[in-house]
Amino acid sequence: MSDETNAPVDRFDIAIIGAGPAGMAAAITATGLGASVVVLDEQRAVGGQIYRAVTTAPARRLDMLGPDYAAGKLLAERFGSCGALHVGDAAVWQVVPDGTVHYLRGGKTATLKADRVIVCSGAMERPFPIPGWTLPGVLTAGAAQILLKSADVVPAEPVVLAGCGPLLYLLGWQYVRAGVPIRALVDTTSMDNYKRAIPHLGGALAGWRYLQKGLALMRVLKRAGVPFFTGAEALAAEGDAAGDAVQALNFKVGGKAHRIETSTLLLHHGVVPNTQFTWSLRAAHRWDDMQLCWQPETDIWGALSIPVVSLAGDGMGIGGAVASALQGELAALGALHSLGRITEAERDTRAAPARAALRSNLRIRPFLDALYRPKKANRVPADDVIVCRCEEVTAGAIREFVKLGCHGPNQAKAFGRCGMGPCQGRLCGLTVTEVIADARGVAPAEVGYYRIRPPIKPVSLGELAGHIANA
Amino acid sequence: MPDVVVIGGGFHGMSSALHLARRGLKVVLLEAQYCGRHASGVNAGGVRTSGRDIAEIPLALASREMWHRLPELVGDDCGFVPSGQLKVSETEAEFEALRERVRLLHSLGFMHEELIDARQVRELVPAIAPHVTGAIWVRDDGHALPFRAVTAFRLAAERAGAVVHEETPVERIAHRAGYWDVQCAGGRSFSATHLVNAAGAWAGEFAAQAGDPVPVETGGLMLMITHRAPPFVNPVLGATGRALSFKQFANGTVLIGGGLRCPASLSQRHGEVDMPKLAASARTVTDLFPHLQPLGINRAWAGVEAFMPDNIPVIGPSRASPNLVHAFGFSAHGFELGPIGGRIVADLITEGRTNLPIAAFAVDRFSRHSPRREESGLLQPKEKELQ
Repeated sequence: MSDETNAPVDRFDIAIIGAGPAGMAAAITATGLGASVVVLDEQRAVGGQIYRAVTTAPARRLDMLGPDYAAGKLLAERFGSCGALHVGDAAVWQVVPDGTVHYLRGGKTATLKADRVIVCSGAMERPFPIPGWTLPGVLTAGAAQILLKSADVVPAEPVVLAGCGPLLYLLGWQYVRAGVPIRALVDTTSMDNYKRAIPHLGGALAGWRYLQKGLALMRVLKRAGVPFFTGAEALAAEGDAAGDAVQALNFKVGGKAHRIETSTLLLHHGVVPNTQFTWSLRAAHRWDDMQLCWQPETDIWGALSIPVVSLAGDGMGIGGAVASALQGELAALGALHSLGRITEAERDTRAAPARAALRSNLRIRPFLDALYRPKKANRVPADDVIVCRCEEVTAGAIREFVKLGCHGPNQAKAFGRCGMGPCQGRLCGLTVTEVIADARGVAPAEVGYYRIRPPIKPVSLGELAGHIANA
Repeated sequence: MPDVVVIGGGFHGMSSALHLARRGLKVVLLEAQYCGRHASGVNAGGVRTSGRDIAEIPLALASREMWHRLPELVGDDCGFVPSGQLKVSETEAEFEALRERVRLLHSLGFMHEELIDARQVRELVPAIAPHVTGAIWVRDDGHALPFRAVTAFRLAAERAGAVVHEETPVERIAHRAGYWDVQCAGGRSFSATHLVNAAGAWAGEFAAQAGDPVPVETGGLMLMITHRAPPFVNPVLGATGRALSFKQFANGTVLIGGGLRCPASLSQRHGEVDMPKLAASARTVTDLFPHLQPLGINRAWAGVEAFMPDNIPVIGPSRASPNLVHAFGFSAHGFELGPIGGRIVADLITEGRTNLPIAAFAVDRFSRHSPRREESGLLQPKEKELQ
């Protein structure tokens, strides 16, 4: 792995955005067949979110985080010796469909060009807009896990974990192993979810294995004495008198009200594709009713509806780390074929094992999607709940915009600055789509999404001004 | 059957609908996407009489009167802030050009542009870089919120009885048997005695269908906005020698533009942001205000706009078809003219004439020999001159 700060980055066969499992696997496949490959990533070290800091994690942390995390180390090692140029600390702020990639590194903008671009921008946490979710002390489970993975930072005071989904239980399990006190795990999954999910399980062996793994995590949590609430509804974070910090989580189970004091509330109800790049490229997207999110439309090689750019990993739809790596392999093969590096027959032969493994790996998804389907009340909040945190726009305000003739998120920006703050809609986009669809009584697909424009990552005026000299 | 069909839910179409409905006409407005989707809703919001083509000045001044009393007209101030507009010079030669411009305007009786020296500029904008040599200052100009303006005019027009159909793209227009027949996508059609073509970047096609071919060009117009910064500039600020127009809003964000064109597609209804070109704007801003270098750019975008070869709009009756009024081609400075533009369209339809001078904006000026522009010798606005 070469990582020269001042390496002249110029032309490549393939540019890969993101060094998570999809990006690393794509690079390994592409370099293995002779392509010149550059991999740009925001973090200094490879791994993406799922394998964050895996190459530098001490043995003790690898053990604490568990075998699925440690598995990333092997992939990272193969990537390290594959010959791809890894450019860390690089924030890509624009991909142009002609293969031009603009990025920021060390306060300077730079540009490179590739014949194919594979975007592996991964997943992000689904917004969890409940009353009080903007209070200091309320974090996402994903953010808490980043601190744990990269720096062994854990909360000192007892925490409350609330929501649903594999990451929430995994974090709880990891906290138990790290000795972090958990005051309660408040699970929003209800028995109805199980009833709806079981038919999707079918005969998939992988599914049963997965279920067992999940149950094993839960057993560890229960054995550690973590109080467990299931089927929780009406979640609300309660602030202190000054409104400066969270002091409790209120919720109901079966009509009975509960209040649990905590200074750290970790919320999570699943991850969704990070579609900022694909929207900015004006690629076609479809609304997925199972995963309740936008998914870019691709062919079976991950190629988007626009030229030059392909996709791999959770940015296509949530499939997890193993599926992402397989998708990375397939996207690389598709790209190599479109570059004329391999024949159609070679592409298909090489792809066959990955495709079979992917099919088997994704068989569990309908079950997981049904089981951990986030509740409507936690996605489409009541009027007084803030939806757009940057500009402090409530769900009620958005419903007022709809009455004034607002048809979709893009117009909501003009009606009341919703989605126009520094996060550029990352933290509210899905909620706004669903709130407007619900208010209009139409499908989210009809409502659409924000029009995302570059720069995808923040660039300062001074940095952009310097782009003239660098271009 | 309506009296008038207006094509285009931009600011001028909406203003036309409002003025016509207030005069008791039955108005239907057809918008291809949603109202204010393109140049009208996503422009820089400049309310500028400064730097205009001489022919536009009487209209711009009349429109600015209306800007200052919008609550009476539409029940909303449309975010109008009378901050003034400042056009700075960065060299002595530029300052001389500004002096010449003001002298010319004053000789024609237009007193709204004022020449000020470097010291006066620094009094208005203490944070400005020391190399600035002077400016033209227009104190009654300002800025407003484009989408809010379109929406306020729309709501006022609807209250006056106008009917707005969004997502109704017009495909064909034809005048037959005394009526305009307007065919829309999906088989919908409308008929009316009068037709208004305020279709912005898409207006050229309808003008051609009506027998008034015009050399209208499509372009994207780029803008970018920053994160919030402490207040450092109150007036809208433009440069003389290079493309720049920018302003700071009350919330601290800084909007940067200046007539920077980018490619745009009529069929895709999209303008593609050209970031390297925006880098030139970033450079100009940081040259004038070095302290802004670390300020983050939040977003960049492009609106789709109609440009005329002479950079002034088409406003007036069709020469080839009866009962058709055109209002398009505002070439990136139509926002300020919105309030008066609708009034002129309504004058032409209800009275057959208007008391404002619009001869320079005739639709057929490109197809006949017109000596006015070659011989007038007046200082023409450059392409970059913008809201």
